[in-house]
Amino acid sequence: MKEKKLKTPRAKGGLKKIASCVGEYKAASVWTSVLVAIEVLFEVFIPLIMAQIIKVGMSEELSVFEFVLKFGSLSVPVFSMTDRISFIVVCGVMMVVMALLSLLCGALSAKLAATASTGFSSNLRKKLFYKVENFSFKNLDRFNTANLVTRLTTDVTNMQNSYMMIIRILVRAPFMLILSLVMSITISPKLSIIFAVVLPVLVLGLLLGTKVIFPRFEKMLNKYDDMNEATQENLIGIRAVKAYVREDNEIKKFKKVSETVQKLQFSAEKIIVIAFPFMQILVYACIICIILFGGRDIIESGNGKLIAGGMEVGDLTAFLSYVMQILMSLMMVAMVFMTIVMSRASMDRIVEVLDEKIDIEDGENAKDIVPVDGSIDFDNVDFSYKNDASVLNLENIDLHIKSGETIGIIGGTGSAKTTLVQLIPRLYDVLDGSVKVGGVDVREYKIEALRSAIGVVLQKNVLFSGTIKQNLLWGNPNATDEEMYHAAKAAQAHDFVMSFPNGYETDLGQGGVNVSGGQKQRLCIARALLKHPKIMILDDSTSAVDTATDASIRAGLKNEFGDTTVIIIAQRIASVEDADRIIVMHDGKINGIGSHDELLKTNDIYRDVYLSQQKGSADADDGEVSDSAKAE
Amino acid sequence: MPKQNNKMSGIKVKSPMKTFKRILGYLKDYKGLLVIALICMFANVVCNVGGTFMMSIILDSFIMPLAEGKTVTLGVLSGVGALGGIVAIMASIYLLGASLHYVYNYIIVRITTRVLQNVRNEMFEKMEKLPIRYFDTHTHGDIMSLYTNDTDTLRELLSNGLPNMITNVLTIIGMFIAMLVLSPLLTLISVVMLVIMLFIVKFIAGRSGKHFVGQQRQIGAINGYIEEHLDGLKVVKVFCHEDAEKKEFDVFNGDLKEASRQAHTYANVLMPIMGNLSYVTYAITAIVGTVLSLNSFGGMSWGKLVSFMTFSRQFSNPLAQMAQQLNGVLMALAGAERIFELIDQQPEEDEGYVTLVNATEDEDGNLVETNEYTGMWAWKHFHKADGTTTYVKWTGEVEFENVTFGYVPEKTVLKNISLVAKPGQKIALVGSTGAGKTTIINLVNRFYDINDGKIRYDNINITKINKADLRKSMAMVLQDTHMFTGTVSDNIRFGKLDATDEEVVNAAKLANADYFIRHLPNGYDTMITGDGENLSQGQRQLLAIARAAVANPPVLILDEATSSIDTRTERLIEQGMDSLMQGRTVFVIAHRLSTVRNADLICVLEHGEIIERGNHDELIAKRGKYYQLYTGAFELE
Repeated sequence: MKEKKLKTPRAKGGLKKIASCVGEYKAASVWTSVLVAIEVLFEVFIPLIMAQIIKVGMSEELSVFEFVLKFGSLSVPVFSMTDRISFIVVCGVMMVVMALLSLLCGALSAKLAATASTGFSSNLRKKLFYKVENFSFKNLDRFNTANLVTRLTTDVTNMQNSYMMIIRILVRAPFMLILSLVMSITISPKLSIIFAVVLPVLVLGLLLGTKVIFPRFEKMLNKYDDMNEATQENLIGIRAVKAYVREDNEIKKFKKVSETVQKLQFSAEKIIVIAFPFMQILVYACIICIILFGGRDIIESGNGKLIAGGMEVGDLTAFLSYVMQILMSLMMVAMVFMTIVMSRASMDRIVEVLDEKIDIEDGENAKDIVPVDGSIDFDNVDFSYKNDASVLNLENIDLHIKSGETIGIIGGTGSAKTTLVQLIPRLYDVLDGSVKVGGVDVREYKIEALRSAIGVVLQKNVLFSGTIKQNLLWGNPNATDEEMYHAAKAAQAHDFVMSFPNGYETDLGQGGVNVSGGQKQRLCIARALLKHPKIMILDDSTSAVDTATDASIRAGLKNEFGDTTVIIIAQRIASVEDADRIIVMHDGKINGIGSHDELLKTNDIYRDVYLSQQKGSADADDGEVSDSAKAE
Repeated sequence: MPKQNNKMSGIKVKSPMKTFKRILGYLKDYKGLLVIALICMFANVVCNVGGTFMMSIILDSFIMPLAEGKTVTLGVLSGVGALGGIVAIMASIYLLGASLHYVYNYIIVRITTRVLQNVRNEMFEKMEKLPIRYFDTHTHGDIMSLYTNDTDTLRELLSNGLPNMITNVLTIIGMFIAMLVLSPLLTLISVVMLVIMLFIVKFIAGRSGKHFVGQQRQIGAINGYIEEHLDGLKVVKVFCHEDAEKKEFDVFNGDLKEASRQAHTYANVLMPIMGNLSYVTYAITAIVGTVLSLNSFGGMSWGKLVSFMTFSRQFSNPLAQMAQQLNGVLMALAGAERIFELIDQQPEEDEGYVTLVNATEDEDGNLVETNEYTGMWAWKHFHKADGTTTYVKWTGEVEFENVTFGYVPEKTVLKNISLVAKPGQKIALVGSTGAGKTTIINLVNRFYDINDGKIRYDNINITKINKADLRKSMAMVLQDTHMFTGTVSDNIRFGKLDATDEEVVNAAKLANADYFIRHLPNGYDTMITGDGENLSQGQRQLLAIARAAVANPPVLILDEATSSIDTRTERLIEQGMDSLMQGRTVFVIAHRLSTVRNADLICVLEHGEIIERGNHDELIAKRGKYYQLYTGAFELE
């Protein structure tokens, strides 16, 4: 899988980079945490008041009873039965008020947390998208589209959830833990010793558990990926499977994998299910110890009297509440950590994109000038996609093209035709030597200035959702309708566009699905021509266009854009034979340069290609042929 | 109630009860284990509730009397010893409860993983047997999501949702009984508060559901945008259009932020509201309870109050959990419904009884079946009427007689197609996309069944032929070549599982693939991953041709098999292709007319009809559509 291949060790600054996306939502995040803390504070006081209620309620004597909050001097003398009841009611109302206040804080913090976390994720998504937009071709080759889309969507959502957990629960749980601990210690330092035993056991148990579980889970997930990959392969290759009657064989293979998945899943999950009973036992152990020791305390210190210092029944109930809260918050912390660790994979994938070094950027002294003309010079150019001099994709290219020349390029699959032309608008950088446009090294231009002078129609070209006009204006946002028509006419697109009911306002649909392959290619050419480029590169861009139209396009280019240097990569000899010069590429090297007639005489490959097409006169049939139904 | 939630969350479940029953059906094999698990669940709840209930007994009957100096006995124990005794009993009850919890969870995990394995196997098995038609109408993404998302929700339901539902219901009942026993009046207060809480939950969950649907819509919109624009990012770069893209993206991103902020606000608020309202209940119960205890009204005691308070804190938990899980359950049911939909699909029918067997001729020249490879094949035809078996020599003749076909009934794709491919002939199909070329060859191997007319193979109606044998007797090289994870030789061997290494290499040589394979890092043992993304389209086509060559089939179907190979390389493999086609019946579809030029019969298709037929010279002489295509005067649109 692509993912595995791409995996690089997590960069140190990764977390920092992601954290910086909190940005303007810092205040909301901080307030979330503060409000959560206040909510916790109220929650912690509630059992304490409860203890007072029971204490006063149980007090046998109707004498003065001092109700003293542990931290203050709030003392209420209680004398009579009515006093006691009114005291209890006051305490109860206090509890209700506290609960409502706590509710208010909780609800507010929940709202702020939603604002902060969705804001954070939207910043992160933005940062990622901007980064990807700045990717060079080489960067893009490393990630495929589906891969990037996952990172921008699912992975960002995972980060959003983790972030929300952090600002809410990761503040809440430890704070609750500490406050509850403090409370229980004030109630009974002696009983609190239980925590000194139970907490380390719990933490140790959880750590040990994670250590055992993670490798098992990782193994399971890897196998799970394999299983899904096998399924996917079968899905897209179903015709091959059926054509070769391999169904039973594939089923057998799948069952083997799915059994392994089952076994691994069982081995991982059977450990996880220990966790809950384990915590349960610890909670119960605490309760039992408290009842046992607390009860003994009450009995011994009481000497027959209940309210004589030491533990009281009211304290006991409060203490039990705190035990619950402490253990619950620990469980929460454990849970949050699990989620965060699980989302680590997402974080790694995001950081990988953020850390991707963009290899083509404006140089420091880049000149903001537009190339003076359309001359192109390749001076001893070596190029490698892998930046490795031992795996050269282009070797020692020395080529000089005059401004206004028309150049054809011919060569087999993998002969590096496309690679060669992609160096001109600096879509990739050379390994050695230099490429000059208008007499200046392409690396000395500002990228935008350079590319604005070069029209490129890529082999795999794309139109976007929107109208034809919107798409064409990519070439020049300020173009007038006349300019647009002019370019479209030269690309032989005007007539068919006008034949649509809505003309240039026709909606193309996603990926330009509403036009045929040949029409799409012509629109792409028109879009590039609208730039009025000094250099026009057509990379196999008329393969779905019939020969007559193809010839008209070339004529249109010559007549209307005479000053433009035109480079045409083609499979068909017919598309290049009237070019000023034709370059024959083979294995990353220039095999021959010359006119059609010269090459026929001197170049074996060219002659070969020519003959192979003469035999079947392979016109109009090399490329995609489009559906008449789609052509409207 | 489920129905309403259904609407609120935007999850559609057609028939929840039926689906649920069917899920339970998968548990049938584990009846024994299930009974044990259920008993454990029940016992576990009893232990938990009982343990908390015992607290009141310990307080009322042990600690308080002891504190007041009374003597308390428990069996032979007395005083603090008695307290120790009763606490020991409580401890054992709790310990038992926790152990039972582990036991039933262990059982559930065991059952769940097995059931999932069964479901996956069943899905995959069915998927492999489905007619191609199914894959035309379902996207890969949709089918894959059955294996990932839907199976995941099912796992969640089986391992968490269902068991929790059961234990929660049991716990609620147990607690309710215990609370009633402790104090009916206080129970009433708790129930009233609970009803109020449920109303609040319903309100918030409804709002939240509505906004989550909105969020989902925005996610869809931004996903679509990202997908389209990242896919075209190279074009964006060429036009330096990045800044405009960023601005557009910001709008989508902002909308999504707003939608998910609202959705999450409602979802987040639920927890603090529920939690704190339970404190309110707690406080009210405390006041009323204390006053009651003070007057010992209704048999109230301090021990009972403490126990009751503990229950009242816990009472809302299982309910809140169930409310939270309801969505998950519905999602799982919806997922299960989709899974069952796949499993319930009609598999490819195969009523064919004519099989392909190795054959040899006896002295009299009669065909005789043999188990050995003889290079000669025969169709074994059993006649039900008279119980005889006849053998027909396989020659590879294919005949279409007035074939009419449509993928959907309303739209006929092929009309009245008649053609005969004599053994060893090369038949070329030419025409624009959508004319029906690929459809014709998809009918020969019965990827689809025809609506009208007949297709005969060696004079046998292909519907009578066993599908596996029919397909084994022909090899296809398709336009989109697909590779499977494994080595290069594994992928070639896909055509014939028991092919020797030598056969594999020979096939690769025939397809002119040997050269590039030897230049791969590990030659024939190079691993191919991710549908062969480390190979170029041309290389993949060469491998696919090698795959067909190793299968060594009587009939060969080439659907744009060389479209991604440049003309010069195509010429290099032409020789191999020619020898591969030697003596076989070949159907070939190609855009490149050079590939079809030497065909015995060229059929030009338009709108599902053969409009011209003949060999190259005849068609050129005719100056018709073929001539136009050939000279490139006609754009195939």
